[in-house]
Amino acid sequence: MSIRNTPPKRGGFIPRDREWQPDALTPPYKTSIKRSPQAALLSFPSTLSEETSPVFGHNLIGDLDNDLILNYAAPGQSAIGPRIIVHGRVLDENGRGVPGALLEFWQANAGGRYRHKKESYLAALDPNFGGCGRTITGEDGSYEFRTVQPGPYPWPNGMNDWRPAHIHFSVFGHGFAQRLITQMYFEGDPHIKLCPIVGVLKSQEAVDALTGLLDMNRTVPMDSRAYKFDIVLRGRRQTYFENRKEGL
Amino acid sequence: MQRIDNLRESPSQTAGPYVHIGCTPNFTGIKIYDGDLGTQMKTGPVQGTEITIKGTVYDGTGTPLRDAMVEIWQPDAAGLFASANETRGTADPNFTGWGRSPGDMVTGEFTFETVKPGAVPFPDGRMQAPHITAWIVARGINIGLHTRIYFEDEAEANANDPILTRIEHQNRIPTLLAKKKGDGSYRFDVHLQGPLETIFFDI
Ligand SMILES: [Fe+2]
Repeated sequence: MSIRNTPPKRGGFIPRDREWQPDALTPPYKTSIKRSPQAALLSFPSTLSEETSPVFGHNLIGDLDNDLILNYAAPGQSAIGPRIIVHGRVLDENGRGVPGALLEFWQANAGGRYRHKKESYLAALDPNFGGCGRTITGEDGSYEFRTVQPGPYPWPNGMNDWRPAHIHFSVFGHGFAQRLITQMYFEGDPHIKLCPIVGVLKSQEAVDALTGLLDMNRTVPMDSRAYKFDIVLRGRRQTYFENRKEGL
Repeated sequence: MQRIDNLRESPSQTAGPYVHIGCTPNFTGIKIYDGDLGTQMKTGPVQGTEITIKGTVYDGTGTPLRDAMVEIWQPDAAGLFASANETRGTADPNFTGWGRSPGDMVTGEFTFETVKPGAVPFPDGRMQAPHITAWIVARGINIGLHTRIYFEDEAEANANDPILTRIEHQNRIPTLLAKKKGDGSYRFDVHLQGPLETIFFDI
């Protein structure tokens, strides 16, 4: 069989680096204690079930889905808080942009309050802020949305734990093995180093990977500041030289 | 010296207590989108056998989780995925293959209205037993948990499955089997911990 004249084969997904990703059991984050599996995970190479993923078309996305300042606001009104643009790229571990990735994001309002019936923080709800949005990455993996900077909030864990300001992200790539939920933090927030949930990350490098940076180049003068936040999904092996059957 | 300049996967963080705001906002009463994604796996008449799968996620004390989100991903009845990465044929146009459930507001029980999946080959060409990929996130779960739903009534296929046969602790295999109930639906409970702990995968 010729190997030189055919495009490289796509192999299975590069194994997830469990030394880098957080462990399941992280006792300072108390809820993890009874929600963490104790048996070893069963490792095996990805198969078609994990190398495929649903397709989300751009026509799914409404005009205001990526604008949290306006998507829940009454006509002529807007959400209260520091106006920001969050942008970046979704890449894979090989450094390639991931087009067509569905990003869903949710957050507290500028006072640190979520719009949820189980939420009991006394900070006020903003009647013009729902707290969720979504978008799909462009051809180069880039994305952008507009929101207000969320506030830090207290949460029941220790007697006085506060979350740093953060935005939750859910990401779909091209394979179900890439499925990821994570959080973006904001450069310079003093709560980052105090938070038991940030504390499940194993290195400063991992914390930095989730910390969005102020990006003056994307700031809109007299309107919105901008933060840059790139997301990296698992990549697939790619090679001309593979004797085993594809995917193993 | 040069550097290997591969990127590292973004670290995972818990979905937190309010994952439903972001992923199923209509379920929480936030009406911005037309509907919640993943609630309809069937968009018209489908091929194959229509089935219902119900289950509950339990923590290590046996308490049901009411803030979890469960997603499933599967091929159609012929074993084809509705995916851009599917190169073997075209999947049933009325079946998305992907479902997402926030669980019941009070009990936490999740429900999927789907079809019995067809078999899909393992990378070495052997056939796998029919299965559905499941992914579970919640407050207290630092990185999403992958598992698989196989079917108790596929004993012969299960006995020859390349992955099931490789599992050292064969007595744990029932944790991966959906069981047929009297009303015709399948039951698949997930136990995060304890003697019934579900087998989770590192894929
Ligand atoms: Fe949060």
